[in-house]
Amino acid sequence: MTPEQLAQLAGSERAAAAAIPHTIAVCTGGSCASAGAERLCQAVGREVVAAGRQASCRVMGVGCLGLCRQDRDGVAAAAAGARVRVEPAGLLYGDVTAADAPRLVASVGREPLGERLVDTSQPFFTRQRRIVLETCGRIDPCRIEDYVAAGGYVSLLQALETPPFEVIAEVTRSGLRGRGGAGYPTGLKWSTVAKARSPEKYVVCNADEGDPGAFMDRTVLEGDPHRVLEGMAIAAWAVGARSGYIYCRAEYPQAIARLRTAIRQAERLGLLGRSIGETHFGFSVEVRVGAGAFVCGEETALIASIEGGRGTPRPRPPYPAEQGLFGKPTLINNVETFANVPAILREGGDWLAAIGSEKSKGTKVFSLAGQVVNTGVIEVPMGTTLREIVFDIGGGIPGGRGFKAVQTGGPSGGCIPASHLDTPVDYESLVGLGSIMGSGGMIVMDDSTSMVDVARYFMGFSMKESCGKCVPCRVGTVHMHELLRRIAEGRGTARDLALLEDLCDMVRHTSLCGLGIAAPSPVLSTLRWFRHEYEERLVRPAAAGVA
Amino acid sequence: MSTDRNRPAPPTPDDHWKTIDAVMRRHAYSPHALVETLHAAQEAFGFLDKPTLAYVAAWLRVPLSRAYGVVSFYHLFRTRPRGRQLCVVCAGTACYIKGAEAVLAGVERQLGVRDGETSADGEVSLLSAHCVGQCGLAPLVLLDDDVLGKTTAEEVVSQIAARRPPAVEALETA
Repeated sequence: MTPEQLAQLAGSERAAAAAIPHTIAVCTGGSCASAGAERLCQAVGREVVAAGRQASCRVMGVGCLGLCRQDRDGVAAAAAGARVRVEPAGLLYGDVTAADAPRLVASVGREPLGERLVDTSQPFFTRQRRIVLETCGRIDPCRIEDYVAAGGYVSLLQALETPPFEVIAEVTRSGLRGRGGAGYPTGLKWSTVAKARSPEKYVVCNADEGDPGAFMDRTVLEGDPHRVLEGMAIAAWAVGARSGYIYCRAEYPQAIARLRTAIRQAERLGLLGRSIGETHFGFSVEVRVGAGAFVCGEETALIASIEGGRGTPRPRPPYPAEQGLFGKPTLINNVETFANVPAILREGGDWLAAIGSEKSKGTKVFSLAGQVVNTGVIEVPMGTTLREIVFDIGGGIPGGRGFKAVQTGGPSGGCIPASHLDTPVDYESLVGLGSIMGSGGMIVMDDSTSMVDVARYFMGFSMKESCGKCVPCRVGTVHMHELLRRIAEGRGTARDLALLEDLCDMVRHTSLCGLGIAAPSPVLSTLRWFRHEYEERLVRPAAAGVA
Repeated sequence: MSTDRNRPAPPTPDDHWKTIDAVMRRHAYSPHALVETLHAAQEAFGFLDKPTLAYVAAWLRVPLSRAYGVVSFYHLFRTRPRGRQLCVVCAGTACYIKGAEAVLAGVERQLGVRDGETSADGEVSLLSAHCVGQCGLAPLVLLDDDVLGKTTAEEVVSQIAARRPPAVEALETA
């Protein structure tokens, strides 16, 4: 498909959409799907036909509409129904079930269903800045035409008319950094792979979102899979790769299915495959499904897993940019990183660089959960403070309880206390507080949560997920977990605590990969901010002597 | 396809082997296809027994020990059949701080099945998972394809009992 044909398709799709005045969009994201979204979508479709309004109402399933739950008093039951957006009225409904379908359809273009309305003027919606999620929830993720109508694949075809080094320069200018958590400059990574001399190179998308409490990538993949594919194809052009893989965890069957559909559709329109945009450039993508191993989110382990083996990491260097998949230079970026690329090429690198903080540009998608009023996926400019995220967007702590900490970065991150809530969210600030940006999981904890238990929980996770290849991680996590358990159960001594700190230091400095290196982080950060909670549980010296 | 010494015929006369063969063929019988092929085999048969592993390993020219190493490495590969019902207790962070440990312990105690095991009558397999990505529903349990959000051990156990076929219950002995 040439740029002209793409523009034509977008135009005709937009005209067709404009001919139908109303849209009923049913959220098919995780929480809504389990609250009967599919049944609702079918019921609404039938109802539209029954009411003879096919010509004026379009019914579609969309990705996450946001604000998955709102729980002010801390006791609300699971959602009774799915979320629905009615456009162009701009109405958002919650808890809609199949039984509501007749009333819902009857209300379109007339009086809204007052009791189901969700206020979209609340900070949860108004404080967001959506770039990665700009079309998530607004298009049908199973129709490439919807994505094209929203301006999709224009950036890719434009990029193909630009020399690769200029594409990389644009990405470098944007200041985009890796959204998987470490924050490595994306432009620099791209240019390293581009410089590597090899007839064969690969582009790999890391969609092995393993941190517990993180569901941002899932939201992007399920709500807007074409954006990720477009970003990958642009990257492939820039670095000179002709094939790529998306490594997605098996726990996300919906994301895998939508990606496979999206790849087929893009190939059919000549936007992926042998000859993209009727040029000589070809790029094919395959989905590879993980099999439940957290360590496979580490890039060398991920490569080993795509190659069909045990997903164990190996020492770096050589970095994947020089020797990666099948021994060839490989570009590995996270889902959200790739999803940023189409907008950067469309608006220009300077546009993204103007958003965010000094060293962290653009936006970041977070999944907000835990003991917080509003749960859901949000996208905010870098530099937004934790207080704004937890109290304005998140709505604070339910049930009148007090805030204790917010956990970022999952098992590789740490807990940030109330005294640092005014910290702007960017890579450096969070590292300065002993945590990391991580992939974007953000768990809010109230004053009923014990920090020792949280540290023990994450150590248990790292212990179970340690691949066993290097000794510090394999043995160290077991001993740290045992020490934490002893302290949590009130059987630990001051010597145990000192030993725990020694072990943290040793495991952090001697482990092979990120899993082991970061495994002590939850302990160190809780010790840093909540040391008294550990000390309160220690056996007093006299009693210890007896024991 | 003809068989030779190294490339055996399917262990059983089952049409499912054709889908497994198709996956291996699509990857030109490369050893790199091991994980993909094991996914297909587990989808077809529910678990990976030794004859299946031996068959796949032979076709992909991978030592059986390596194939077993791969199977044992990944949490999702099973070498034994699963129970009729699958109960997955989410142990993600959000579920944890909302009491998932108590839910898991309660289900373990009331069913007499430990995490990762299948009940003696083959009825229920109990697993804990690291985050299913629906943190708004914490604590959460997946019962086959159904999601029990903001749940308790009691609700899970009664749901499992309700799904148990009566005949099996009658046959149960101490």
